[in-house]
Amino acid sequence: MMPSGPPETAPGDGPALRVDNVYKSFGANRVLNGISVQVAPLEVICLIGASGSGKSTLLKCINLLEPVDSGSIFVEGHDITTPGVDVNQVRRRIGIVFQAFNLFPHMSVLQNITLGPRRVLQASSSEAGGRAAELLDRIGLSDKKDEYPDRLSGGQQQRVAIARALAMNPEIMLLDEITSALDPELVAEVLGLVKELALGGMTMVIATHEMGFARDTADRVCFLDEGLIIEEGRPEEMFTAPQQPRTRQFLQRIIAAGRL
Amino acid sequence: MLGGRAVLVSSASTVVFFLVLFAAIALAPGASIVQERFLDPVHLKQAFLGTQTSPSVFEALLLNVKMFMIAEAFILVFALIVAIVRGIPGPVFFPFRAVAVAYTDLFRGVPLILVLYMLGFGVPGLGLRFFSSRSDVTYGIASLVLVYSAYVAEVYRAGIDSIHESQIAAARSLGLSRWQSLRFVVLPQAIRRVIPPLLNDFIGLQKDTALVSVLGSVEAARAAQIYAAEQFNYSSYVIAAALFVLLTIPLARFTDQLIARDRRRRAAGVTV
Repeated sequence: MMPSGPPETAPGDGPALRVDNVYKSFGANRVLNGISVQVAPLEVICLIGASGSGKSTLLKCINLLEPVDSGSIFVEGHDITTPGVDVNQVRRRIGIVFQAFNLFPHMSVLQNITLGPRRVLQASSSEAGGRAAELLDRIGLSDKKDEYPDRLSGGQQQRVAIARALAMNPEIMLLDEITSALDPELVAEVLGLVKELALGGMTMVIATHEMGFARDTADRVCFLDEGLIIEEGRPEEMFTAPQQPRTRQFLQRIIAAGRL
Repeated sequence: MLGGRAVLVSSASTVVFFLVLFAAIALAPGASIVQERFLDPVHLKQAFLGTQTSPSVFEALLLNVKMFMIAEAFILVFALIVAIVRGIPGPVFFPFRAVAVAYTDLFRGVPLILVLYMLGFGVPGLGLRFFSSRSDVTYGIASLVLVYSAYVAEVYRAGIDSIHESQIAAARSLGLSRWQSLRFVVLPQAIRRVIPPLLNDFIGLQKDTALVSVLGSVEAARAAQIYAAEQFNYSSYVIAAALFVLLTIPLARFTDQLIARDRRRRAAGVTV
């Protein structure tokens, strides 16, 4: 369905995503400090760490919403950070869901979901509509397809935002603290959907403050501090026996706050 | 909400205010003369209908309406192009941005009446085959478009700037190009937001069509002037003024309606 260049390695062979020694500063503020990480196909990794540790910036760099200062990012073996790369081509393969939903307020739920497929993938109205109907069914919002976003609850809006990203059939999904702007009682419906997605098989990089969710869903948890991954491992190891003092400190604060 | 006492006070103060105002005008030494010169019912009617020697102010107003409608259509498109060009990023497009900035600076700064003189008397003098043999009305419309597009472009730009960056990020993250993001995500929201100030500018435009009379076109203000010069009575100006007011009211109500419809549609969740 999606035209893409021949990969240098067959899909499934190498990592789906490889971040290699990436630096990124905003003015004098260095946010990413030579960070490196690999994500295998269908792997779900959770990025945890304090606010300002670089989680969101890393996701924005992967989606080319922010240019990296140096270092490289590879998707399916292709360097997407070389000059001259078709950013629109890259972005259609990588879906991102934002903390503040960012739905288009002047479009109905259906129009939000079909915009990308219609304008970028050149899908016909009925094709895109059919796919959207499937997704709406999956997120349990079929009856809301003609509503406008401001008539939906935060949880419903975020589920629509996830469907909007999925409508592009992305190879990788990036979730940027997608429950941080939600009322506590709405968090579960969104995380439940993400969990389903993970079980269904999807390469995902998830920045989150929801440690319980990270423990249950992630294949691997990465702890970021000052723009670097200082510890990573399987969730059961990370949450029960963290090695680095700063990881321990962070997790203790989270436990003290009642979030784990 | 106002309490009972407040309603009483406000009513009383309104009555007193208008009594004083009316008395001040009615008791002025020249009140009866002014009434005769400006508000004579016979002259009001005659100016409206026209006489054998002077044109009907009402019919002349149709020319204002025509100039307004044509100018408006051009302004809506031209100003949008200027606003978009002004926002194209990248060093390659610097000259285009510079031209757009220079254009808005220039035509917001020069009084409309001077643009009318320069275009209406200057362009025919150039002796160009196509451009120099147009009618006064055409030069008038062109001047209105040039001046008002500069204002309207700024209104559009304010609307475009008011759309949060996260909307563009969301559009680009789906793989939409910069232009597609502008067209499908930014502009529809931006234009909706600037409809009230846009319509405000157009009410100004409706009135300023009267200035085209300096090129010799007999529109409502000029027709009123002809009547006044012939009959030594200024009631024609009052009728022209009243007609201009009547002309702007539908536009104002239309704006309200557009805004209300948009709100209703979103509230009802129905696709239009």
